[in-house]
Amino acid sequence: MSETLTIGKALNLGLRKAMEDDAKVVLMGEDIGKLGGVFRITDGLQKDFGEARVVDTPLAEAGILGTAVGLAMRGYRPVCEIQFDGFVFPAYNQIVTQVAKIHARSRGRLAMPIVIRIPFGGGIGAVEHHSESPEAYFAHTAGLKVVAVSNPVDAYWGIQQAIAHPDPIVFLEPKRRYWEKAEVDVEATPDPLFASRVVRGGDDVTVLAYGPMVKTALQAAAAAAEEGRSVEVVDLRTVSPLDLAPVHESVRRTGRCVVVHEAPVTLGLGAEIAARVTEACFHSLEAPVLRVGGYDTPYPPSKLEEDYLPDLDRVLDAVDRAMEF
Amino acid sequence: MVDPVPGAAAPHHAPRTELVQLLTPEGDRVEHPDYSLQMGDDELRAVYRDLVLVRRWDVEATALQRQGELGIWASLLGQEAAQIGAGRAMAASDMAFPTYREHGVAWARGVDPLHVISLFRGVDNGGWDPVATGFNLYTVVIGAQTLHATGYAMGIQRDGAEQAVLAFLGDGATSQGEVNEAMIWAASFSAPVVFFCQNNQYAISVPLERQSRVPLYQRAAGFGFPGVRVDGNDVLAVLAVTRQALQAAREGQGPTFIEAFTYRMGAHTTSDDPTRYRLASELEEWKLRDPIARLKAHLSRSSIADAAFFESVEAEADELAARIRSGTLDMPDPAPTEMFDHVYAEQTPQLAQQRADFVAYQESFEGGEH
Ligand SMILES: Cc1ncc(C[n+]2csc(CCOP(=O)(O)OP(=O)(O)O)c2C)c(N)n1
Repeated sequence: MSETLTIGKALNLGLRKAMEDDAKVVLMGEDIGKLGGVFRITDGLQKDFGEARVVDTPLAEAGILGTAVGLAMRGYRPVCEIQFDGFVFPAYNQIVTQVAKIHARSRGRLAMPIVIRIPFGGGIGAVEHHSESPEAYFAHTAGLKVVAVSNPVDAYWGIQQAIAHPDPIVFLEPKRRYWEKAEVDVEATPDPLFASRVVRGGDDVTVLAYGPMVKTALQAAAAAAEEGRSVEVVDLRTVSPLDLAPVHESVRRTGRCVVVHEAPVTLGLGAEIAARVTEACFHSLEAPVLRVGGYDTPYPPSKLEEDYLPDLDRVLDAVDRAMEF
Repeated sequence: MVDPVPGAAAPHHAPRTELVQLLTPEGDRVEHPDYSLQMGDDELRAVYRDLVLVRRWDVEATALQRQGELGIWASLLGQEAAQIGAGRAMAASDMAFPTYREHGVAWARGVDPLHVISLFRGVDNGGWDPVATGFNLYTVVIGAQTLHATGYAMGIQRDGAEQAVLAFLGDGATSQGEVNEAMIWAASFSAPVVFFCQNNQYAISVPLERQSRVPLYQRAAGFGFPGVRVDGNDVLAVLAVTRQALQAAREGQGPTFIEAFTYRMGAHTTSDDPTRYRLASELEEWKLRDPIARLKAHLSRSSIADAAFFESVEAEADELAARIRSGTLDMPDPAPTEMFDHVYAEQTPQLAQQRADFVAYQESFEGGEH
């Protein structure tokens, strides 16, 4: 059974399904009740599941994550909504020092099946702290897994898989793509959660992206095709763990690799991927692995975000540079 | 309601008696045993003018946002008295630490409205000079500024200066750990800081009952300093209470928590839909306590101001709105290289290189190759 859904609606239906399937699933966050969240992702869920399962919390992110730890210890599966990327930091201590470490610290006796949903990334014309890409902070922390969806199909399945998963997952939602639509087969067998996927085949250059940048990478590939250049696009889908086997395979074929993300380039995901791809594919590489990302500046005021964010031209430019080696 | 939150109690209703008031909703002047206020007619008219002008500014900014000229706008509608009262209570040498909604305080501190507008237009992160105006930059992350305010106050204390700090926060912000830390710090060091909480009843959609089981001003007792609840729609009471608290802080008596009991008449911001979480009847009830109508009634009834005065203020408001509109439309976009220029006091070689690469890349388009 297929339905045309936006990413936002797919997440809403995925959350609904997860709540129906497991009575231990509890949604917590600021304004997620009557308002349905500032992006309406939880729209209607409190009405149908009640205030005990869709909890409007006090305005305190450390509180949201800290209480989630205790609830998880009691067998609940908290799904925490952080309103915007830049507001995760009051909870950062709880996530990094507690949520991430309790499984290891308890030698596996305590599980932390917590999902931390974060609308992330820029491009919506917001004021500061509403457009950040904090994935590297979390990916750098052992004990956390980080997923970034790019389309309604992965949003629908991914949120359910993340909730059912036994480890804590930072679940990044590409906020500027919330309104993009696609067909979702709600009866299909989904791809595994921690697997990357080739979303467009090509022979000249492999472009890697995740979250909001997948669409940009696909647009760049389409534009490159008009100039007779064949670009393969891989949607990483998972940031930690990284699923690079399909990437290695692709790069061994194309000999060229470009990594695209919105976060600042320095010490971003691209640096890690470049190192790994270089190690695994050194003899096949025709060019160094190139990175396209945000600049090493705070996310700028919105009048400048188009200059800051990687766009199709910057991806094409990197593709050209890779081809010139 | 289906299945209430385990343990959740019915919402408490604030008893009216504990509310400091100097002007009734009908516009009658009343006395209060603890707070008195001597104001000349000129000063009263000036305060009225402030209220009208900031409301007009706010209405114009909301309209500009609707027309796509601002990314977002956080309206102060309904909170004019709380903000003008607080702003006017400050001495020139005091320092304010605002959130993102204190346009009225900005006005009272002499910040140009266009500097505030430029932030919401996405041109910069606040165009005014915090040092020159005694009005710090807006802080979007809830509650963070209360710690800065407290530290600043500790600095004042060390310097032996006769100054005080006014830290603004919302009712929702009181739930943040950092706000609680700020109050502990302020109390422990007797810092000259006054916490000015505008309880406008909601944190976006979440009502006060989800943040606190006790009236907010009572929290102060637990930290060890006085808390007072003032009618936030009564500009005179706010002025008197805040002035007194700031004076106590300057004299070394430590912090005060002021809860300005008020109501946000508009949406949280222009991207919010309040019909999802509050009743029209509530709005109607609060309309009867409008801060501007109340002072206007007082001014005309006591013959402090006449029709000609009110007309002149309206005319001035029209001019301000026109200036805000044309100033917004004429506001230049920032140079793209700006984003590289102020990251550090001392530029790094790496960022300088990125900047140069960026400029070269931008210039490659002018060649028309792409
Ligand atoms: C740490 C943090 N979490 C969430 C937000 C998103 N947010 C912006 S305003 C707001 C509500 C604030 O309510 P309150 O403190 O009562 O102030 P008001 O807006 O009503 O003036 C929220 C949740 C934020 N800015 N910062």
